[in-house]
Amino acid sequence: MANPNGVGASVRRLEDPRFLTGRGNYTDDFKRPNMTHLVHVRSPYPHALVKGIDASAALAAPGVVAVLTGADMEADKVGSLPCGWQIHSKDGSPMKEPGHFPLARGRVRYVGDAVAVVIAETKDQARDAAELVVVDYEELPAVTASTRAVTAEAPQVHDEAPGNLCYDWHLGDKAAVDAAFAQAAHVATIDLVNNRLVPNAMEPRAALGEYDPSNGEYTLTTTSQNPHVIRLLMGAFVLGIPEHKLRVVAPDVGGGFGSKIFHYGEEAVVTWAAKKIGRPVKWTADRSESFLTDAHGRDHVSHAEMAMDQDGHFLALRVSTLANLGAYLSTFAPSIPTYLYATLLAGQYKTPAIYAEVKAVFTNTAPVDAYRGAGRPEACYLIERLVDIAAGVAGLDRAEIRRRNFIPASAMPYQTPVALQYDSGDFAKNLDIALPLVDYDGFAARKAASKAKGKLRGIGFSTYIEACGIAPSNVAGALGARAGLYECAEVRFHPTGSVTVFTGSHSHGQGHETTFAQLVAERFGVPIENVEIVHGDTAKIPFGMGTYGSRSLAVGGSALVKAMDKVERKAKKIAAHMLEAAETDIEVKDGRFTVAGTDKSLGIGDIALQAYVPHNFPLDELEPGLDEQAFYDPKNFTYPNGCHVCEVEIDPDTGVTQVVAFSAVDDFGNVINPLIVEGQVHGGIVQGIGQALLENCVYDDESGQLLTGSYMDYCMPRADDVPSFTVRYHEDQPCTHNPLGVKGCGEAGTIGASAAVMNAVVDALSAFGVTHLDMPATPEKVWRAIQNATPALAAE
Amino acid sequence: MYAFTYQRPSTLADAVAAAQDEDAKLLGGGQTLLPTLKQRLAQPSALVDLSGVAEMKGIKAVDGGLEIGAFTRHAEVAHSDLVKATIPALASLAEGIGDRQVRNMGTMGGSIANADPSADYPSAVVALKATVTTDRRTIAGDDFFTGMFETALEPGEIVKSVRFSTPDKAAYAKFRNPASRYAIVGVFVAKHGAEVRVAVTGAAGSVFRVPAFEAALAANFTAEALNGLSVSADDLNADLHASADYRAHLVTVMAKRAVEAAG
Ligand SMILES: Cc1cc2nc3c(=O)[nH]c(=O)nc-3n(C[C@H](O)[C@H](O)[C@H](O)COP(=O)(O)OP(=O)(O)OC[C@H]3O[C@@H](n4cnc5c(N)ncnc54)[C@H](O)[C@@H]3O)c2cc1C
Repeated sequence: MANPNGVGASVRRLEDPRFLTGRGNYTDDFKRPNMTHLVHVRSPYPHALVKGIDASAALAAPGVVAVLTGADMEADKVGSLPCGWQIHSKDGSPMKEPGHFPLARGRVRYVGDAVAVVIAETKDQARDAAELVVVDYEELPAVTASTRAVTAEAPQVHDEAPGNLCYDWHLGDKAAVDAAFAQAAHVATIDLVNNRLVPNAMEPRAALGEYDPSNGEYTLTTTSQNPHVIRLLMGAFVLGIPEHKLRVVAPDVGGGFGSKIFHYGEEAVVTWAAKKIGRPVKWTADRSESFLTDAHGRDHVSHAEMAMDQDGHFLALRVSTLANLGAYLSTFAPSIPTYLYATLLAGQYKTPAIYAEVKAVFTNTAPVDAYRGAGRPEACYLIERLVDIAAGVAGLDRAEIRRRNFIPASAMPYQTPVALQYDSGDFAKNLDIALPLVDYDGFAARKAASKAKGKLRGIGFSTYIEACGIAPSNVAGALGARAGLYECAEVRFHPTGSVTVFTGSHSHGQGHETTFAQLVAERFGVPIENVEIVHGDTAKIPFGMGTYGSRSLAVGGSALVKAMDKVERKAKKIAAHMLEAAETDIEVKDGRFTVAGTDKSLGIGDIALQAYVPHNFPLDELEPGLDEQAFYDPKNFTYPNGCHVCEVEIDPDTGVTQVVAFSAVDDFGNVINPLIVEGQVHGGIVQGIGQALLENCVYDDESGQLLTGSYMDYCMPRADDVPSFTVRYHEDQPCTHNPLGVKGCGEAGTIGASAAVMNAVVDALSAFGVTHLDMPATPEKVWRAIQNATPALAAE
Repeated sequence: MYAFTYQRPSTLADAVAAAQDEDAKLLGGGQTLLPTLKQRLAQPSALVDLSGVAEMKGIKAVDGGLEIGAFTRHAEVAHSDLVKATIPALASLAEGIGDRQVRNMGTMGGSIANADPSADYPSAVVALKATVTTDRRTIAGDDFFTGMFETALEPGEIVKSVRFSTPDKAAYAKFRNPASRYAIVGVFVAKHGAEVRVAVTGAAGSVFRVPAFEAALAANFTAEALNGLSVSADDLNADLHASADYRAHLVTVMAKRAVEAAG
């Protein structure tokens, strides 16, 4: 490693001083002259007709500038929020895609659905006046549970979606699976719920709309993970603003976890309203609004069966899942329980036949969409729980049944029966590293020691794989994506040798400003402080698809490499001219351009200066300047994988589960910044533990109200809920198809952790005959499982 | 928040005068009141901030116990050498309230005046045979809590201090709500000579004593003495986090743990 801040160095995040000293620039920090404040009037009912809105008292209140409703938007021909992915049902029919308007038109479908907005001089005035808007609701029966939504008596959320069904989709070879089950020696089955979650980014969503009548340009500043996507969706489909007249800025964003990928109605409302009232309009969610209206995650109910031969080899997997999509289709909602879920059901195993059916339904709840891991945690949790049950059925150790069924490294690239082709991975190796790391052999002694203290100890594995680096555009398109999924980068050397990189990736906690700068520092031998990473502004960045699906380094980083390749190619030509040598004789290393076999060389800074002051420059052949742009469209997904091992101790008197040890062995391909990778893994594991033990988004199916609408009831994991983690990675299996050999690490912790925790919990309770518990394993649930144990087992 | 006027009197008398307006609200550490205001669930015309009233602060040893000013923050109780030496169970209760930020702001007076069914201090007030002194009278701890969010305080009456008796042995065992960290069940066990008090918070609408536990422990102050004893689940609280019968079960478990901790 030539450069101390180059590839492989644990460089401390360059953005941290800004964030840690409160100097970040978040959407709510932006203040504009003459700016107004917008507050939403939201439905207190899960399902109701809006028979009338009387805004007269609100309009007369101090400071009120305007009260606007869905009717005003309709009159201005504002469109429906588009859905970015189309799924087709088994019968070939397209999914049901009901209108999803920024402000409700005649009917509200979940608690929090926006009915009107009040715009005033101050936020408090807008709040006061919002309470004066009188909405005449006629309540309708509502349904929040997916299992009830599919019943014949269920209230209908949308007239155009009979039976509340959005689609009934499948993947895989049903006949082959049925045939394999007919021959199975063992069958393991499971019924499970993947609990619904609220994303809880630290920064609530916010949006600031501006309109400049002098040139007809709109600017939207918003809490987004992908400003270009918002520009495209909102400009083209909702407001009819051409791209060159719409700038979208996503400044510092305080966490997204997927919930800020989507185009939300509030973004369209502030942009539209800014023109309508002729003043900037700002909206910032309060925490209650975040709970009610950020797109939620997960919410699956599944049945799964694994067929095995006599020796516990997997023959076939059959899965049927009911996915709750909420009241409307959020931007990428349909893809999550289908192509980001069922395609991962092979896991790390060579199961030859897989068949999955997914029914997705509308309910009177907030929309559900991608949340850290998005579909893949649901797949991993299902498989890894089922594999543990299979081990019990087949009478095998849980590490052994995994090993027996792993796809061997020698089989790579490996075509799974559910559409994906894994490029690389050595799953047995992950396990080989993990077992001694966690002292698997010593577990029995630790269990006995716990028992002596009156505690139940359990250990659980999760050997996960995920598909990241989303996505080859042609593949995604064939599967229903209505967008390309490449990334763009521009590398601009300045005359004095400093560099600005413009990337379409967006950092909202991932540390791109550091990792991407390391790539440039390494490649060109420039000091890292001379590299600036610019992201999150459609006026500056040529184009971008944003950050989600652990794609930034694999796709955005690869685009950056391509742009750096172009810079280097041009620089080489300039160097050849300056050094009066043939281009073929120029050797490039760490940003030095040397005539082979001589001591004649130039640094990239000398070349950059000449590029902008081209006095000794091949002007016949080359244009001045040193500024290159590239797009990169991935050839395949990337497949981060690993082995998580969790140990828990349960207090049988109270049912409290404590995670006492958690280790992760991961294969992320090559690692650019180990410190950032470890941080991503830590955060991800905490979210996975959160889902397994603490977090649960609960609607009351009778009243349709969100019962966990604040931190008093929605339990976020805290530092004292988790142990110190042991994190290892190996770089023996780099991605084979991107130039950096990277796979991505942003979601792995969350994807793997929940299953490892729950497998440990169920293991601890196995003496009581418990074979499954649904997440979260709250103290009462665990205690009750012990109480309900068969007396013979419990006495043991 | 709706608009309100704000006053910060420096004497109890001024505070009482300011609190006469029926729409005025006393402000302690604000840990309950301010979130309520922010969510627009209350609309007081005036806030009377008690933080400037010197008579309501401080911890001192008194005959047979401790007197703690109503405007004493939870963190001050938790970290007080005097409390730790005299009634360590009270210090440890305070250290287990909410989180660090809450403990640095929340006050004893605010906590007991608010009478949240899942607050911790009410159990100590009852188990430690406390008396509550207000601007106008003294109220026995046993009579102070009258129901869910209800106390014997009259409108505008201000808690000035709370006097706790030093027990021979005592401990508080709390089963936390994992989300809010309030008590799902908290049991304060205290032995005063021949008398044992077992006060339970979190489980019902208001703090209550368990005579059967008290009798058993008076005869034999060991956890085993509680074997086979339990409270009825009837009338206990039930919510997302704990059903009534789980709470009933936890009352016995926490009582045993408190007895063990009391030693
Ligand atoms: C996140 C969080 C977690 C918490 N966890 C716990 C917990 O685990 N256990 C627990 O016991 N508590 C918990 N609390 C409550 C907290 O500890 C405070 O005790 C409580 O909020 C009230 O005290 P305060 O001083 O903040 O009063 P305030 O919020 O200022 O006032 C509360 C009420 O008491 C009245 N009041 C205040 N002082 C007096 C007085 N001297 N005389 C008469 N009336 C008065 C006020 O008018 C108001 O009606 C938690 C609070 C939060 C926000």
